[in-house]
Amino acid sequence: MTSASVSLPKVLLVLACTVAASAANATLPIQHWQTTSGAAVLFVETHDLPMLDLAVDFPAGASRDAPNKSGAASLTLGLMRSGAAAFGEDEISERLASIGADMSGRFDMDRAGYALRTLSSARERDEALGLLAAVLQKPTFPQKIFEREQERTLAGLKEAETRPEVLADREFRQLLYGEHPYALRTSGVPETVANLRRDDLVEFYRRHFIAGDAVVSIIGDLSRSQAAAIAEQLTAGLSHRSETLQPLPPIVQIETAQTRRIGHPASQAHILIGQPGIKRLDPDYFALFLGNYVLGGGGFSSRLNAEIRQKRGYAYSAYSFFNPLELEGPFTIAVQTKREQAEEALKVAQETLARFVADGPTQQELDAAKQNIIGGFPLRIDSNKKIQDYLSIIGFYRLPLTYLDDFPAQIERITLEQLKEAWHRRVHPERMATVIVAGAQSR
Amino acid sequence: MPTATCLIRSCIVALILVSAVATAVAAPIQRRTLANGMTIIVKEDHRSPVAVSMVWYRAGSMDEVSGSTGVAHMLEHMMFKGTKKVPVGEFSRTIARAGGRENAFTSRDYTAYYEQLHKSRLPLALELEADRMVNLAFAEDEFARELKVVMEERRSRTDDDPHSQLNELLMATVYVSHPYRSPVVGWMNDLQNMQLADARGWYEAWYAPNNATLVVAGDIEPDEVFRLAENLFGPIPARALPRRKVQTEPRQFGIRRITVKAPAELPYLVMAYHAPVLRDVEGDWEPYALFVLNGILDGSDASRLNRELVRKSRVANSANSSYDLINRGPALFLLDGIPAEGKTVADVEAALRDQIRVLVEQGISDDEMRRVKAQVTAAQVYARDSVYFQAMRIGMLQTVGLPFDSSDRQVTKLQEVTADQVREVARRYLIDDNLTVAVLDPQPLPGGKRPQPNPEGSGRDQR
Repeated sequence: MTSASVSLPKVLLVLACTVAASAANATLPIQHWQTTSGAAVLFVETHDLPMLDLAVDFPAGASRDAPNKSGAASLTLGLMRSGAAAFGEDEISERLASIGADMSGRFDMDRAGYALRTLSSARERDEALGLLAAVLQKPTFPQKIFEREQERTLAGLKEAETRPEVLADREFRQLLYGEHPYALRTSGVPETVANLRRDDLVEFYRRHFIAGDAVVSIIGDLSRSQAAAIAEQLTAGLSHRSETLQPLPPIVQIETAQTRRIGHPASQAHILIGQPGIKRLDPDYFALFLGNYVLGGGGFSSRLNAEIRQKRGYAYSAYSFFNPLELEGPFTIAVQTKREQAEEALKVAQETLARFVADGPTQQELDAAKQNIIGGFPLRIDSNKKIQDYLSIIGFYRLPLTYLDDFPAQIERITLEQLKEAWHRRVHPERMATVIVAGAQSR
Repeated sequence: MPTATCLIRSCIVALILVSAVATAVAAPIQRRTLANGMTIIVKEDHRSPVAVSMVWYRAGSMDEVSGSTGVAHMLEHMMFKGTKKVPVGEFSRTIARAGGRENAFTSRDYTAYYEQLHKSRLPLALELEADRMVNLAFAEDEFARELKVVMEERRSRTDDDPHSQLNELLMATVYVSHPYRSPVVGWMNDLQNMQLADARGWYEAWYAPNNATLVVAGDIEPDEVFRLAENLFGPIPARALPRRKVQTEPRQFGIRRITVKAPAELPYLVMAYHAPVLRDVEGDWEPYALFVLNGILDGSDASRLNRELVRKSRVANSANSSYDLINRGPALFLLDGIPAEGKTVADVEAALRDQIRVLVEQGISDDEMRRVKAQVTAAQVYARDSVYFQAMRIGMLQTVGLPFDSSDRQVTKLQEVTADQVREVARRYLIDDNLTVAVLDPQPLPGGKRPQPNPEGSGRDQR
């Protein structure tokens, strides 16, 4: 309730995911295999704590929604835990609570899945896994609960659409992705959610929660054979493919600069500048990621922060990030500043970007970026939860299992010239999408 | 839409739920006190080659006086603006080059500064922290710019967030005299009037080794940490601290109601009851019973408020409770809810009151008690997955004046709570004379509910 709490900002998580996995194979041996149903399994065995973290993910994120049924993917995932096999909604939550287990949905543009954290002692573990298996394999999608969750989602969406940051993000994605599914809202929009029916969820589930697409990531107090049995249990009852999962259409880069201004009574303007950025598997991934540390990803060491916050006192938050996805996820520069100085802050952000792309970082900045990313690597894998997240990314995006081992070397070997060349080729300051909500003119 | 709260310094922390330390064999926590009065606490955790350093000052917004709200938090920002030895920006750059992360947070009760690094770089962090405990530079231009940053922080956190606005006014109503009535970030008017001398005065008053605790957790050897701390912080002389006046909120007689209008779609209701806070880990029982009560009402999806108000009767789209038993000041037991389509805040209030009535009249089932306790036990294990969290908990306990290693005992005491005790604290404290009700009255955005973009075509020159 009161004030803010300490949490990792999403920006940092995005970065963490990119650097994510590395260095670890030496210290964190990842075991990898397929279940008999064809699901990929990634497992790290560690007995330090009597607990277990696992997740099962599917290519069933918001980009899999049909545009006229946007929001179905998110509701499908949410409702899976509201009734499964013989368990009713109350029974699932009561059983989970009675063993102190946490089961939570995870959802983004590409992925949908459930994560489970439980004690590893047999009684708790078996009960928790039995519930998760039912949720994944036999969701019942009760009509009444569907109606209730549809109504709650609609209310939440209407509330969200009064918020400047939501308005800014919605417009930004439109400019970046146009008709592409990456422009869809993660939870849909009121118009599409209002028209959903239970059957849409049943159908979405049937087509997207397929054994062969599942990625099971596990870390904790288990032997390899126990992990293998668990992976079988969680995926054995999943459907098999009847139709091919269509690849997402390719992303088209923005042709010309576009700016949108949206009126809002907020005291601060929300400014977003960007373009489609990088894929998770992208030859320029490391050069762009490393460069972004200097531009706006490196907190107080970054140029955007220095120019906008430290030198001018324009903003509390000013940063940039890549969100690498299956296809080119957004590259975003974000600034919040009091509305009266929105235009000045926008100009500084634009100039900082243009200068960075034109001239690249200095050698000193590049060295500092490498020192931070490589030297800070242990912090990205210092808990079971963090490692589990990385296992899931490696599995889902089919990154090489040596990805972790290779990461520091990949960063280390990038030269100033390579970095400049990649930024010059991939980032286009002269044709960015720009959104300003609650800017100077209109209240 | 990413938000960058803590990446960007700094965070305002208000409450962290109780917690729990390990049951299984965890290394004991060691504490020593330097001759100058500074407390050093070390928690070993050798799972990963990392360390976290946290320096806690027992000075938060509750130590501020009228007209100077926000100065604790402003000083926190100034702590990154250079010292006599380390130029502006160099602190962050140095930690970053060492592969570390650093930030700070200010709450009502304390201000804390942390670095997370590879264990080999711990000495660097301690050296920088010792330096800025005494050598802070107060440059006028840096102060002026940073004050603008803090005002932007306030706009972002409070002024443009209807629920935060409501909460700010709620605190100012619940507390008539206690300093918890002022927001940690400060009232805007106080920020506008703040001067460099205010920040300097705050630093000189409270930033002394005898008002600080260093907590180090991670893959470290305690003796090595104690040796480093002795060398780096030991030479800093103790100082007389300002006299702390114990401020007790006068008893409330009768219900208070407030309304906030703000641009939003949905109304929102918060009910705040004064409640006891944990002062004596062994002797108190009420705070533990209130903690369990919170779990019965809102510990998980299986808890009563979600089940009854959101799922069963459909009166609310969300319904929650919260209770923070660890504070330097007083505590509140809070209930809140957002009405469902076609329902009103009055319906939600009535439903929340009804839940209290039912609980007091009919008590709590054994299954419910077992579920809450199982969650406490499990959380005790899960907490060990984060070195940062372990350090955080130790620092908080020490700083609010509870035994730094009392988490285990608190968990034991929670396990001893009976259903009758839970009923009893609900009966005693969740009463109208103790209650403030705050309501958000949503206002439509000007020009309709869904602002449409105003396309300006292509071209960069949009000024």
